[in-house]
Amino acid sequence: MMMMTSTSIVYLIALPLAGAVILLLAGRRSDKWGHLLATALCASSFFVALYQLSLMFKRPSQERAVSQKLFEWISVGTFKIDAGLLLDQLSICFVLLITGVGSLIHIYSISYMAHDPDRRRFFAFLNLFIAAMLLLVLGDSYLNLYVGWEGVGLASYLLIGFWNEKPAYATASKKAFVMNRIGDMGLSFAIMIAFATMGTVSFIGVQAAVEQTSTLALTGIGIMLLVAAIGKSAQFPLQAWLGDAMAGPTPVSALIHAATMVTAGVYLITRSNFIFDAAPSAQLLVVIVGAITLMFGALIGTAKDDIKKALAASTMSQIGYMILCAGLGPVGYAFAIMHLLTHGFFKAGMFLGAGSVMHGMDDEVNMRKYGALRKVMPITFVTFGLGYLAILGIPPFAGFYSKDMIIETAFNAGGIKGIILGSVTLLGAGITAFYMTRVMILTFTGTPRWDEKAQPHESPWLMWLPMAILALGSLTSGYLLSSNDSLVKWLSPLFESHEEHHELLPPILVSALALVMVAIGVAVAFLKYSRREIDAVAPKNVSIFTRIAREDLMQDRLNEALFMRPGQELTKTLVKTDAVIIDGAVRGIGRLTIATALSLRGVQNGFVRSYAAFILIGALAMIVAIWVVVQ
Amino acid sequence: MDAANYLYLSALLFSIGAIGVVLRRNAIVVFMCIELMLNAANLSFVTFSRINGDLNGQVVAFFTMVVAACEVVVGLAIIVTIYRSRRSASVDDASLLRR
Repeated sequence: MMMMTSTSIVYLIALPLAGAVILLLAGRRSDKWGHLLATALCASSFFVALYQLSLMFKRPSQERAVSQKLFEWISVGTFKIDAGLLLDQLSICFVLLITGVGSLIHIYSISYMAHDPDRRRFFAFLNLFIAAMLLLVLGDSYLNLYVGWEGVGLASYLLIGFWNEKPAYATASKKAFVMNRIGDMGLSFAIMIAFATMGTVSFIGVQAAVEQTSTLALTGIGIMLLVAAIGKSAQFPLQAWLGDAMAGPTPVSALIHAATMVTAGVYLITRSNFIFDAAPSAQLLVVIVGAITLMFGALIGTAKDDIKKALAASTMSQIGYMILCAGLGPVGYAFAIMHLLTHGFFKAGMFLGAGSVMHGMDDEVNMRKYGALRKVMPITFVTFGLGYLAILGIPPFAGFYSKDMIIETAFNAGGIKGIILGSVTLLGAGITAFYMTRVMILTFTGTPRWDEKAQPHESPWLMWLPMAILALGSLTSGYLLSSNDSLVKWLSPLFESHEEHHELLPPILVSALALVMVAIGVAVAFLKYSRREIDAVAPKNVSIFTRIAREDLMQDRLNEALFMRPGQELTKTLVKTDAVIIDGAVRGIGRLTIATALSLRGVQNGFVRSYAAFILIGALAMIVAIWVVVQ
Repeated sequence: MDAANYLYLSALLFSIGAIGVVLRRNAIVVFMCIELMLNAANLSFVTFSRINGDLNGQVVAFFTMVVAACEVVVGLAIIVTIYRSRRSASVDDASLLRR
């Protein structure tokens, strides 16, 4: 298949990258205009993306993908890799999401970070993130993707630890980075296996080579790709970093840890559909991970009092939905991407809403100290509320279309697997409704439980405008993407679709079931939180389940017991071994040399006659030796 | 007369020279002993030349003499200089290279 080439894809990445470079190099000189430049560059990247989309629309569906070769990157013998970009129907979805939501969050941050002395550095990192994320979704081979993959990890680290003068925040950024490394390792292993068995790492090459590759190798690649996705997308069992990642400024949480970077795992799995389709056991593992994380995140979300951590748990759970759906094979990919896009809108919108609340409440994140904010922050309430309705899946909001599709697809997976997955996704929807309603009630209704310092007020227009646009997205994106199956048709050239549709439950019944679950969740939340006064301090004497959920279902303790402490012990042992055995050997050799030299120094006494005697003895010894040999 | 006798004489002279170098302290005497060793070697060369019936040994003996003459010049100069600065010709006094 000949692919069209283009010369303008690179501008998508180059514009924000230039912003990051300029802002970082110009330093304090660009403090005055840095944020404006960064926002303008991000927005211009968005317009380039729109232009590319318009070009794509003009071409027939099989010829929409375009590629661009940047330069020959690695050329060693038969090992040739070009730095190349690939813009197809899948990547354009991501590019539009990244640059679009990214631009809105840039605008929001101008106001949100206005009082921060390091605002320019913040925008430099944001631009760096946008560039890296675009490289991730535009790379035409796993190796190019890997560069972007590492780049977003770096940007995420820098931005979580943006206020690194607080030790807890610096630790959170390190935690995120280290846990991400495990996933990165998986991706590098996947690349290595792919190269060893197929001899190529480009998407097209791998896709072509799948048929001649053993299932074992494909399963290996698939599992390693899943590990990568688990790390980056905060899936079970590597999800513990996402809650702590909320240490970063709220726009970062909205952009990186809700809308874009954490969904990179879904992108990776969808992009590698040809591998997972050919490796059923890896695919099954994907589904299992998604299902576990879905419940895990939802359960954590029910107990969090920190508004951002509650939203983070929700993100984790929603990405669990996407991963699950992506693991269901060709029928699921498009729906996973659809949920990803709608989730990008409503979750980013809600995070920005949470940021707006924090902005007015003197950076308080504890929802128990909110209450009755509906009246003082009407715009935030409405935009957040639209996001809330979207995530619940109330028709006609975005989540209704995307989440129902996932639940339906899960039920239709067939057999016992379908029933289990369908029930899990349904139950997850109910719990989602419960904890999101809890967030709404605690934050916006009831009586004020504010601190004395807090003076809640509506945020400036620079902040509520992006929120409003995202809320509009939460309202309409689901309908726009699913009417006439537009997204499914748009993406269909990428995925092998074999139309095997065993419908277990009719769509209307699934929707009804989902709505019933949501209604139950909302009702329980109302009964529990709306009828009586909320304690301003989290009650201590709670059930064991609440306590476990508050501690992220013991994941941190598990990690500490399983990995951290043994790791520390191993390190201590290694340090000791190094000090005793290796250093001992090196120092011992040194000491031996010194001692030998000291004792031999006595020979050098400066007396000519003793030297002469040594020469004589030596000569005699040599004569004797020769004599012995000759004899 | 047996040529081996010259070799015995040469060995005797060499031993006397070597023992002198090791045992005597006076630099002039040490020097003379070195000359003695050189000449003992010369005697061996000449003897071997005679035994083999060619002139190679004789030639080497001449070389040795030239080298010995040069060495005498340099060596005596050093001894005189040391004597001037330290008022002693004992080799044990001149042990400054120890450290």
